Amino acid sequence: MLSVCVALTIPSLGGCAARIPKGALAMRPQTLEFRQRSTRRFITSDESRILAASAGLLQDLGFTIDGSESDVGLIVASKDRPAVEGGQVAAKIAFAVLFRANIPIDRNQKLRVSVVTRPVGNEVAVRVTFQRIVWNDRGQISLLEQLDDPEMYQEFFDKLSKAVFLEAHKI
Amino acid sequence: MMLAWRMAAVLSILVIGVPACRSSRAQLLAADQSQVRLRSIQTRVFDTTDKRTTLRTIMATLQDLGFVIDDADDVLGTVSATKLDRYRMRMTVSVRPRGETQMLVRANAQYNLRAVEDPEPYQQFFDALSKAMFLAAHDVD
Repeated sequence: MLSVCVALTIPSLGGCAARIPKGALAMRPQTLEFRQRSTRRFITSDESRILAASAGLLQDLGFTIDGSESDVGLIVASKDRPAVEGGQVAAKIAFAVLFRANIPIDRNQKLRVSVVTRPVGNEVAVRVTFQRIVWNDRGQISLLEQLDDPEMYQEFFDKLSKAVFLEAHKI
Repeated sequence: MMLAWRMAAVLSILVIGVPACRSSRAQLLAADQSQVRLRSIQTRVFDTTDKRTTLRTIMATLQDLGFVIDDADDVLGTVSATKLDRYRMRMTVSVRPRGETQMLVRANAQYNLRAVEDPEPYQQFFDALSKAMFLAAHDVD
């Protein structure tokens, strides 16, 4: 019995020493591709115009601006939205009916974005990165992830191009 | 008899477990490693005087590594960022001038609820930063 106790205690104390995954802060072979996907260049020397257009676009998309530092070309924004998915709800009902089990499903999410601009010659490079935190219906974090779907970036930059155009024409 | 065993079990958990965890308030000013060693792991020197470009390059490097920038301050010379990849990693990088010709860059990271005090991740970060800066990262003397 005592050995069982000790066996239970040791992992719970040792659990604190979790190591970070190898390569968490290292460049990967896919870094370049990711950089290209998440960056667009605009032919202008007016960095603040691109930043203003980005802020306008983020507001169009329902984000609230959490912070900005225009001297280094940064806007940080987030939005809280539901994360309920039909498939999970169906699974929850099926488990409840078949096994009388209450399985947790995703309920809320916080979507975060940072937009960073940088003058490159007579162009301004804009780089955007997205991530999200998902909570389940028990209030626990169920997912922490970077959003790297190429279509999301494509759509964001298509909209940014329009926003830059609108900004240029003071609309 | 069974009850006695259970009591012993609970006691052993308390005896072994409690002294290992100090009051959680003590975490406020706690550092697990010596300050000097930690500084040398977390700090590099670059031969540049351009603080703003250094700051912008740090932001670009963090984005390359999958971080979303949380905050930046041009005057203080700090950038904070978060990476989410089934874990949560937060990082603050600060830049300040060192003498007339150099910039001191210091990074510190936390992984979930732990401070990162292992040299390897910092070495990887400075390798990536030094490539992006087109400059070598020197250890602090």
